[in-house]
Amino acid sequence: MNDTALRQDAAPAAARGKKKKTGKNIQYRLLSLICFVLIIGLWCVASYGHLVQEVFLPSPTAVLSKLFSMAADGTLWAHCSASIARVMIGWIWSVIVALPMGMLMANSKRFCAFIQPIIEFARYLPVVALVPLTLLYLGIEESQKYTIIFLGTFFQLVLMVADTVSNVDINMINAAKTLGANRFQVYKEVIFPAALPGLIDDFRLTIGWAWTYLVVAEMVAASSGLGFMILRSQRYLATDTIFAGLIMIGLIGLVTDWIFRIISRIVAPWQERLSDSR
Amino acid sequence: MKTGSSDRPVRLKVDHLGKVFGEGEQAVCALQVVNLEIRQSEFVMIVGPSGCGKTTLINIIGGLEQQTSGDVLLDGHMISGAGADRGMVFQGYSLFPWLTVLKNVEFGLKMKGIPAQHRERTARKYIRLVGLEGFENALPKQLSGGMKQRVAIARTLANEPEILLMDEPFGALDAQTRVVMQELLADIRRKTDTTILFITHDIDEAVLLGDRVYVMSRRPGSVREVLEVNLPGERSHNSLVLPEFLEIKKKIMDMLWRESNDAAMGR
Repeated sequence: MNDTALRQDAAPAAARGKKKKTGKNIQYRLLSLICFVLIIGLWCVASYGHLVQEVFLPSPTAVLSKLFSMAADGTLWAHCSASIARVMIGWIWSVIVALPMGMLMANSKRFCAFIQPIIEFARYLPVVALVPLTLLYLGIEESQKYTIIFLGTFFQLVLMVADTVSNVDINMINAAKTLGANRFQVYKEVIFPAALPGLIDDFRLTIGWAWTYLVVAEMVAASSGLGFMILRSQRYLATDTIFAGLIMIGLIGLVTDWIFRIISRIVAPWQERLSDSR
Repeated sequence: MKTGSSDRPVRLKVDHLGKVFGEGEQAVCALQVVNLEIRQSEFVMIVGPSGCGKTTLINIIGGLEQQTSGDVLLDGHMISGAGADRGMVFQGYSLFPWLTVLKNVEFGLKMKGIPAQHRERTARKYIRLVGLEGFENALPKQLSGGMKQRVAIARTLANEPEILLMDEPFGALDAQTRVVMQELLADIRRKTDTTILFITHDIDEAVLLGDRVYVMSRRPGSVREVLEVNLPGERSHNSLVLPEFLEIKKKIMDMLWRESNDAAMGR
């Protein structure tokens, strides 16, 4: 047996991989940082160099001081928390309904035949076009906002979940069956764990879309939230507040994305990633 | 073949098995009247040109596909669906990437509801058998192809199946690793007395490992000939140059050559 050969083969390969990865990581972070610095630099040149009027492009310092003053008087947090709550509630409902439905679609041809056409139909309806109906049915209550976010994400998410689940390697499922797993065990022990990283990715993408629809919901009939804040600022030509709102949405998005990536790494450390071999 | 193996009970019997894919005008006959028998502790090889329905045959025996006609009997009982009594090893390893080597090997035992402690003891025994001690806590992504296939073999054996079905298990490995794996399998077979049905398109592999070789015809697949393999001494890479080995190899090569020649001539 070539056991020693096996061992020699495996150990240094792992160590080498690790070293390379940290080096690449620093390079990756540096590059992302440079991009931000570049954009902020351009912004500085355009505003401090008076290339663009203050009313169209506020200076970085003006936006920062606006952010600080809003943070100080509590309005920033009030708007942020209102928006985050709406996104989370609407999106979580969408996940709760889409996850079992998508999994069922992937595994039952009959259910798929029953539900897929209507979902494909609904998926192409622009959410903005549904706003009048939601207002008519639900008024300007919070539930109307959740509904808009739900409608915007649900139909996409169901199809994504169905797709992710049906892409689980059939050979893995066959192996489990020949190892004696019954239908339920195949689901619990193979399909679900195998699909999990893909599902987390689906969730990460749809929560991004949820933010888009949030602004749609808040621009129509709301008295709080970042979308509302941006819309109201337009009326008063308060571009600094608009910029502050945009920056907050971007930052929240960045943090959300980052949280999902961490979850993915914790839940599925076994995954072979493209970035590992880059 | 070992003396007296024909007295041993028949474990697996494939009786007039046929498989047609599709219906009506699009129907394609993949298997036509396949008969074969495997006795206790026998190592039976099926060799045939690509597309002859070898994989379809083993999938039907494994219960992953449904035949159109005929029966598959294990110890006299008709099989229905996949089950732990027929362990399978696939070309693509099919390990569960989120489980460590140990947990992969324990998988079948866990499905049976065997308690964790007992499970681990059995799994460790088979990990030792395939020469992977020290890798119990490694994840599949850290292993080479040969090592992955060792895990897959241990995982199937730990389940103690009545028969081991292997579908071109070494097909994806490089030539050197393949020889090492073939010797490993011959060794496992000596130690465990497992009954094995093995599919390959590699004639050397078929003659080196098998007690008996079924040569299949091209599509629609059926058994063209059955050859007994009697090689002196223990099977190892040294067997590859024995005159007895070369004689059987030549016979099979001629048969397969005629098959592909017929195919090329459109007969």
